Amino acid sequence: MAQLLQHLINGLAAGTIYALVALGYTMVYGVLKLINFAHGDVMMVGVYMGYASAFALGREARGSLLGIAAVFAVAMLGCALLGFIIERFAYRPLREKPRLTALITAIGISFALSYGFQLDIGFLPGASPRAFPEIIEPTEWLIIGDRDVVVWNWQIISFLIAVGLMVGLQYLVFGTRFGQAMRAVSWDHRVAALMGIPTDRVIALTFMLSSGLAAGAGLLYAIKDTSVSPLMGLYVGLKAFVAAVIGGIGHVPGAVVGALVLGLVEEFVVGYAASSWRDAVAFGFLILVLLVKPGGLFGRVAAEKV
Amino acid sequence: MQTPALPIPESRPLVPPSLRGVLPVLLAVPALALFHWALSGSEFASYLLSVMGVNIILAVSLNIVNGMTGQFSIGHAGFMAVGAYIAGYASLQLKEVALSFLPVAASDQVLFTVALLLGGLAAAACGFLVGLPSLRLRGDYLAIVTLGFGEIIRVVVQNTDAFGRALGLSGIPQYASPSMVFFWVFLVVLAARRLAASSHGRSLWSIREDEVAAEAMGVDTTGYKVRAFVFSSFFAGIAGGLFAHFVPIINPGSFTFVRSMEIVVMVVLGGLGSTTGAIIAAIFLTLLPEGMRSLFGALGTEGSLAQRVDQIRMPIYGLLLVVLMLSRPQGLFGTREIWDVLPKWLSRKRGGQA
Repeated sequence: MAQLLQHLINGLAAGTIYALVALGYTMVYGVLKLINFAHGDVMMVGVYMGYASAFALGREARGSLLGIAAVFAVAMLGCALLGFIIERFAYRPLREKPRLTALITAIGISFALSYGFQLDIGFLPGASPRAFPEIIEPTEWLIIGDRDVVVWNWQIISFLIAVGLMVGLQYLVFGTRFGQAMRAVSWDHRVAALMGIPTDRVIALTFMLSSGLAAGAGLLYAIKDTSVSPLMGLYVGLKAFVAAVIGGIGHVPGAVVGALVLGLVEEFVVGYAASSWRDAVAFGFLILVLLVKPGGLFGRVAAEKV
Repeated sequence: MQTPALPIPESRPLVPPSLRGVLPVLLAVPALALFHWALSGSEFASYLLSVMGVNIILAVSLNIVNGMTGQFSIGHAGFMAVGAYIAGYASLQLKEVALSFLPVAASDQVLFTVALLLGGLAAAACGFLVGLPSLRLRGDYLAIVTLGFGEIIRVVVQNTDAFGRALGLSGIPQYASPSMVFFWVFLVVLAARRLAASSHGRSLWSIREDEVAAEAMGVDTTGYKVRAFVFSSFFAGIAGGLFAHFVPIINPGSFTFVRSMEIVVMVVLGGLGSTTGAIIAAIFLTLLPEGMRSLFGALGTEGSLAQRVDQIRMPIYGLLLVVLMLSRPQGLFGTREIWDVLPKWLSRKRGGQA
C-alpha cells in the first residue's frame, strides 16, 4: 500500500514535468498544425543556460530564492529568444508550404541542436553528461512510517510551479485578448489575418511562450534528474510529445491529463516490472490509445474536406 | 489540411523502353561479376561499398513509403533491426550446418540467402503490423506511430536474451560480399522502378497526391498503404540482414531513431519519389564522412578534427535538412529519374532546342 502511494507520488511528479513540456507541443500544434520536433532540444538548450547561470551566480547565491528566480528567468527568457529565432528563420518561410516540409525542418533543427551541443568545440559543452548544480537543496519534506513514503521538497516545488504555470496558461488562452487571438489563428490563420489579427506576431509569441515554458520544465527535470546532457532533449521531448498526442494534440487540458497518465504508467512499469521496458511501454501505450481514439483522448479527428 | 501534401507533382513518365524486359538483367549480371573480381583484395573498399549498398537499399525502400505513397515513416531502422537480428540469429544457428551436396562456399551462400529471406519476411510481417494503423491514422499521427514502433523494436531486442540484450549478437559469419549486397541493390531498384510504373504504383502515387480523391476514385487506400509498408520493410529487413553479415557485431545501438533519420535524410535529399535521387543521396552521404576525413587529414589540421568527423556529421545532417527545405524542398531530383533529367540537360548543354 505504502509502495503504491510512493509510486503514485513519483508518477505524478514526473507527469507534471512532462505536462509542462507537452503544453509547448500542444500550443504550437494548436496554432500552426506543426509538430515542433525541436521543442525538446530547445528545452535542453534552456537547461544549459540555467546550468551556466547557476555557475555564474556562485555557490552561495544559488540556493536563495532570488538565485532560483534568476536562474529560471535567464533560462526562460533565453529560450524564448531562441524560439523566436527558430520560428522567424526556419518555420515562417515555410508557412504556406506543405506541412511535411515544416516537419522535416523541425527534425533537422532538433538534430542540429542536440548533436551540435555534443561537440566540444568552443563554448559547446561536449557529449558527456554533467551534474546539474543544486539550485534547490533536496530535503525530505514528508516522511510517512518508517520511510515507507517519502515526499521530497523538489517534488512539491516542481508540482506547485507546474500547476501555477498551467493555470496561468489556461487563463492566458481563454481569458485574455492574446489568447483569443491565438485561438482565432488556430481556427483559421488566413481569416484571422483578414479580421485584423497580426498573425505573424501571435505565432511568434506563441513560439516564445512555448519555448520559455520548455526551459522552465527542463530546469525542473534537471533538478529531479540532477544531470544535464545534450541528448536529454530528444528523449524528454519525445516522451512529452507522446503525452501531448495521448491527450489529443492541440488540447490544453488534454496534454496535462496525457502527461500525468504517461508519468504514472511509466512509474508503475519501473516499479512493478522492469525499468528497461519503460520506453517501449510508453510508445505501446501511445499506439494503443491512437488505435482506439485516433485523435487522442480529448482530441477530435477533423472531418476531411473533399 | 489533413493529408500531408507534397512538393508539386511532375509528370510521371513510364520506364523508358530500354530499361524494360531482360536488358537490365543482361547488363547487371556481368557487371556484378566484374565488380566481384575487381574488389577481391581491398578490404576497406569492400567494407565501404557494402555500407553504401546497404544504405542504397534502405533509401530506395524507404522511398517507396515516404516518396511514392506520401506516408511519412520515421522508423525505418526498426525494420532493419528486425531483419538484422532474425537473419543474424538464423545464421548463428545454421553455422555448423552444411549442405553436403554442395561445395562449402556455395552451401554457405545458400544458407545465408535463406537467413536473409527469413529476416526480410519477419520485417515484412512487422511492416504489415505498422501499416495496419494507417486504416485509422494519417499524416503526422502515422509518422509518430512508425517512430514509436521503431523504438519498441529496439527495446524488445534489448530485452531479449536470445538476441544478446544490450551486448548484441557477435560471431555472425561474414557471408556478405559487396557483390551479394549489390545483387540486392539491383533487385530493390528494379522492384521499385517496376512498381512505380505499374498500376499498383499509380495507386500509390494517387494516394500521395490526394488521398481523399484517390479513395473517391475507388483506390483501396488502406490496402495499398499496407502493401507499400510490407514491400518497403521487406527490403529494409534484407538490408539489415546484409548489414549483420559484414559488420563484426550488431547491437541495439545500431538501430536507433538516429539511424532512421539518416535514411530519411537520404530520401529527402534525393527527392521524395525519385529512386535515382535516393541512390545518389545514399552514395553521397556514405562517402561524405570518408571524404571529410581524408580532406582534413590531407590539410594537415590537428588530427582531432579528422577524428571528429563522425561527431560533426549529425549536426550537418540536421542543418542540411533545414537548408534543403528552405531552398529546394523537392530535393535534388524531385520525383524525376535520371532518364527524365539527363536528355534535357544534355540538349541544353548542346544549346539545342530547350
